[in-house]
Amino acid sequence: MNRFAALFAALDGTTKTGAKTAALADYFRTAPEADRVWTIALLTGRRPRRSVSATELRLWAAEAAGIPDWLFEESYAVVGDLAETIALLLPALPTGPDLDLTLDEAIRGLGRLTGQPTELRRAAVLAAWGQMTAVERFLYNKLLTGGFRMGVAQGLLTRALAQATGVEEATLAHRLMGDWDPATTTFPALIAGDGGGNARPYPFALASQLENGPGALGPPADWLAEWKWDGIRGQLIARPGTYALWSRGEELITDRFPDLAPLADFLPAGTVIDGEILAWNTGENRPQPFAALQRRIGRKTVSKALLAEAPARFLAYDLLEDAGEDIRHLPLSHRRARMEAVIAALPPGLPVAVSPGIAFHDWDALAHTRATARAKSAEGLMLKRAASPYFAGRKRGDWWKWKLDPWTVDAVMLYAQAGHGRRANLFTDFTFGVTLWPGPQGPRRTGVRDRVRRNTGQPSAQVRHRAALSAHAALAA
Amino acid sequence: MASPVLTFTDHGIFCPAGDFHIDPWRPVPRALVTHGHSDHARPGMGSYLVSDQALPVIRRRLGPITADAIPFGQSRQIGGATVSFHPAGHVPGSAQIKVTVAGETWVVSGDYKTEPDGLAEPYEPVRCHTFISECTFGLPVFRWEPQPKVMARIAEWWAANAAAGKLSILGAYSFGKAQRLLAGLSPQGPILTHAAVEDMTQVLRDQGYPLPPTTRVTPDITGRSHPGALVIAPPSALGSAWASRLGPTEEAFVSGWMAVRGIRRRRALGTGFVLSDHADWPGLNDAIAATGAERIFVTHGYTTPFRRWLETQGYDAGIVETRFTGDDAEAVE
Repeated sequence: MNRFAALFAALDGTTKTGAKTAALADYFRTAPEADRVWTIALLTGRRPRRSVSATELRLWAAEAAGIPDWLFEESYAVVGDLAETIALLLPALPTGPDLDLTLDEAIRGLGRLTGQPTELRRAAVLAAWGQMTAVERFLYNKLLTGGFRMGVAQGLLTRALAQATGVEEATLAHRLMGDWDPATTTFPALIAGDGGGNARPYPFALASQLENGPGALGPPADWLAEWKWDGIRGQLIARPGTYALWSRGEELITDRFPDLAPLADFLPAGTVIDGEILAWNTGENRPQPFAALQRRIGRKTVSKALLAEAPARFLAYDLLEDAGEDIRHLPLSHRRARMEAVIAALPPGLPVAVSPGIAFHDWDALAHTRATARAKSAEGLMLKRAASPYFAGRKRGDWWKWKLDPWTVDAVMLYAQAGHGRRANLFTDFTFGVTLWPGPQGPRRTGVRDRVRRNTGQPSAQVRHRAALSAHAALAA
Repeated sequence: MASPVLTFTDHGIFCPAGDFHIDPWRPVPRALVTHGHSDHARPGMGSYLVSDQALPVIRRRLGPITADAIPFGQSRQIGGATVSFHPAGHVPGSAQIKVTVAGETWVVSGDYKTEPDGLAEPYEPVRCHTFISECTFGLPVFRWEPQPKVMARIAEWWAANAAAGKLSILGAYSFGKAQRLLAGLSPQGPILTHAAVEDMTQVLRDQGYPLPPTTRVTPDITGRSHPGALVIAPPSALGSAWASRLGPTEEAFVSGWMAVRGIRRRRALGTGFVLSDHADWPGLNDAIAATGAERIFVTHGYTTPFRRWLETQGYDAGIVETRFTGDDAEAVE
């Protein structure tokens, strides 16, 4: 793992994108081919299966370090990362000869541990720890625990790979998508695009946040507007013999939405649609809040009751493949027209519809429409240049999300609590006090802050008692 | 029962028999001070007693003070107490303070590290009945690599930056760590210093500590005038306008805290070198064992878990609260 550890150190030792790209490109030119494939898999979130539980790792590491469990936990709380805690706890010098396994050998070795008796797995992990430097041990533990974050964005990965292979970035981004298995895919096959199989999705086009309104975007006639729905962005794939639904996070979620499965029977083969999965309020014919959909996420099987309460519907934004032809390079207005035709040809009653376009002639009128987004259960508007291709990833200038401003409220922070695990040393949970009744200066702005300031800046008992509501907010840190 | 050799007050550690404080944080008539870092040497004391080697830095930092100095190892009677200063290995001149009253000996470690760094007087274990130990890095995840390994890595980084036409800026505390780096790195190009670092370096140089020649960064100095140079500056200078004026640079922070990836990343630091002037986990445990003390008070750092650990090792252990705690990455080293 020396080569992989060196790559990691190079990536981790800089915050500069250029240096990271260069380090990765060099790795993709020189590392063993099988290791390159695993590295791509790890950096794109394809994790090897866990052969050892986190509980076992903690136990064995504490034993090997000769410390009690509680001291392990204290250490973990400070370090904030299990793999790193273990790597740091064990004496730094290898106790055995440096085996220098390749990444491929290390991962396959771990794979063979799956299902073995505890004693055997324990001995294997302890032996491996004894033969590694601290950085290698950290990475090995990351492989064991399955969580890999190396601070490498998808765009950076494809750029480095493009530099190393000479294949164009957008083409590579597409070839790295889908359900390829790093254990059976070779590097040349992956780069040539033979890895993903028939269900491979296209890289999602992403929008940028529109900060100062659309005034500077030019003539309104060049733009298409639609609602920005608050659901799960998805890509629906119907190809000969294949039906697949992918989330934006490149997760195959076909089985989570059996209510969309009838589409497999009716969409013409060779159709790929980008759209939003929403929990639908059939009675009012509008989306349910995201919370309704959230109940379905993360469940491998969805109960009949939940299917009835939160039925899924796919609102189509864009057509990427039509009759087996990749049409991403064509203008959006053209793609959209073809998409409308494809969906219009479907029999009625299917859980799919085109996400309606919003007609507008000037930006002011559109601003008024945007203000009604909440009533539509939308987060705001999307603005897309009518002539834009469907690009890979985020490309500033053609696609904008113009979200509603969040609501604000005057509140007083009463408590702050430190986080656990990787959020150790950060305050992550806050308790706020909010007054609910109108005061002399009107509702909400009753000067909670002033009252607290008068009480020497402390969250006073007065506030605590008069605060009718305690809001508990977990901040994503 | 006689009062203990040392007690813990809201002014700091106090010796009733000798009527003096050790590293007090509020003004007292008589202060014994372990070393010149600002969380130990505070202004406003009636008089100071420090080690010979620590005095110049303390004078430089505190201005006009009434101070007396004592050689390492020499005993002095203060009231009913006998005191002596012993090298702590933390920074040049840093001391542990040994206090004996009626045959009972307590030692206040101040800040210390057990690995000799080639500049500070090496740590010397002192036998005692009660040992008051810092524990800035009192968790088993802190294990330092030997200094030569870390210095070699820094040298490699410096050379690579120089080859890429960049200056190398090391963020290091201006008293102690900065000079340790100066003494430990073999010169491979000019060495520039921030004014705060140069000040302290000059004081130590005047005392006779072997330090290489350095050049204070002035407005006319940049990467163009001193290509391939190493710059040593306080951590606060990293990423500052002061640093960007120098031209293309690479920056790194040198601190024990850099051992934890999350701490380094939260400070948005790319490169960190793990080099500390505090004892690591094995260092703390070895030092405590070497004193032969049965009773240990811990202070400055991960006091709660470290005290509990010491109890499991059979010590009678307690915690001394101080105004300065070293349990986060912002703490002064």
